[in-house]
Amino acid sequence: MSVAIVGVGQTPFSRSCGVSIRELCFEAFRDALKDINLAPKEIDASIICSAPEYDKQRSPAGLISEYLGLTPKPTLYAESICSSSSTGVKIGYSFVKSRLHDIVAVIGFQKMSEISSAEVQERMGRGADIQWESPFGTMMPAGYAMFARAHMKKYGTTEEQLAKVKVKSGKYSLLNPLAMFRRAVTLEDCLKARVIASPLKMFDCCANADGASCVIMASEKKAKKITDTPVWVAGIGAASDTLSTTGRANLTGLDCSVEAGKQAYKMARIEAKDVDVAEVHDCFTIAEIMAYENLGFCKLGGGGKLIEESQTYIGGKIPVNVDGGLLSKGHPIGATGGSQFRTIVLQLQGKASKTQVDGAEVGLVHNIGGIGLYGNVTILRR
Amino acid sequence: MSFGKFGKISYVSQTKVADFVKYLEEGKIMATRCSGCEKLYFPPRADCPDDLSTDMTWKELSGKCKLLTYTTAHFAPTGFQDDLPYTIALAQCEEGVKVYALVSKDVNEDEIHIGMDLRIMPLRLPNGRITYELKKAKASMR
Repeated sequence: MSVAIVGVGQTPFSRSCGVSIRELCFEAFRDALKDINLAPKEIDASIICSAPEYDKQRSPAGLISEYLGLTPKPTLYAESICSSSSTGVKIGYSFVKSRLHDIVAVIGFQKMSEISSAEVQERMGRGADIQWESPFGTMMPAGYAMFARAHMKKYGTTEEQLAKVKVKSGKYSLLNPLAMFRRAVTLEDCLKARVIASPLKMFDCCANADGASCVIMASEKKAKKITDTPVWVAGIGAASDTLSTTGRANLTGLDCSVEAGKQAYKMARIEAKDVDVAEVHDCFTIAEIMAYENLGFCKLGGGGKLIEESQTYIGGKIPVNVDGGLLSKGHPIGATGGSQFRTIVLQLQGKASKTQVDGAEVGLVHNIGGIGLYGNVTILRR
Repeated sequence: MSFGKFGKISYVSQTKVADFVKYLEEGKIMATRCSGCEKLYFPPRADCPDDLSTDMTWKELSGKCKLLTYTTAHFAPTGFQDDLPYTIALAQCEEGVKVYALVSKDVNEDEIHIGMDLRIMPLRLPNGRITYELKKAKASMR
């Protein structure tokens, strides 16, 4: 029995959404249900995904489930920081595949503006190993910057190549009405921007955002009644790496990406070259370049050249993040994975309008939690 | 002894390896070694996941290490802003373990390069706090 994604939805991503988390989730949920033959009461279970350190509400699953009218169906909360909603999709897949539930809603959200900037700054420092690394004043950009520095040294990757990832992101952001930043940027804009954590500058980094996403999953039998264009989950891979930097064997790639990718390709019985369109976790420009390599879109060290040759644009070897990616959409932690799923599902349904990759049949979602801490790769098929 | 005095800001006060701070105050950078499988751990651990042993002994590191990667941070989490900019580094110790620490303010940013020789040194901070940092290795040390 195959498991399908039958509906996808998303709110605009913004700096400050101005509504409550329940209302934010409702928007994404409503969007996912708008074109399909499914009533909320037919949903058998829900999985609510966010990073709890930004929530004021304790145990948000109950609140969201109630507001979406899903009570008394079972609900639970799933968290793997930035990949929370990919983890939610994995759990949803297990529910449906095991026949525990026929139809599952995965709702990811984050209202990062729920807490003050000072509170955000305080939490930023605690994303590392709090006993041995946080006391040195680290945060996410510094973590990825250390990978960028090592990648540049080992492979000769340049700051210009990093910047070209953002130039691509900016180009496609103009075609995504839900993106937080909808503006083109030039190579020069990127290179002269202020340094955040060397060698990463402002445009090498994504921004905090508010937003919600929704993915509706169903069994094969139900899926065909709900929609004429189900998209099938063909492969799922997940892996973890050490939270500590000192525990890492690899400083020029994310081993959890490699492992999750291998699992997903094997389960889907495909290779990297079979992927027609991909969403990769570009929280920083270096993260996209490492993803190209770790997923096998190019050889190790070839990521800089791949973007330089524009091979990840539409029309290139493998179009990547043609919705603008996290770098332009914004990164509302718990909602991000669901937004990536939405983009790939619309591509495989042929509904991606101006960013449609012609004839896309196989899509890939790569969603990372932390600095290569949680790796999730999912392969979808038309 | 409380571990809470470790680092500029500590988020952990109770740990089985709190003696690390006592040794640090004596000028020693200590790792732990599993008595069962002999695996060396730095930062130190009280428990070995490889053979589930809790029989660990302290082992002093030479402090000699080489820079693996680094970044100079221009933004900081709460409590660290006054120190900006600062260089965070990961180095490989000659014993094989890795160390995560700041590069000493004595080292010019333009001198910092991957592969350079460094030395882990205890660093006393205001208010009785203590940490370690990475200093440039001197020729006399080899």
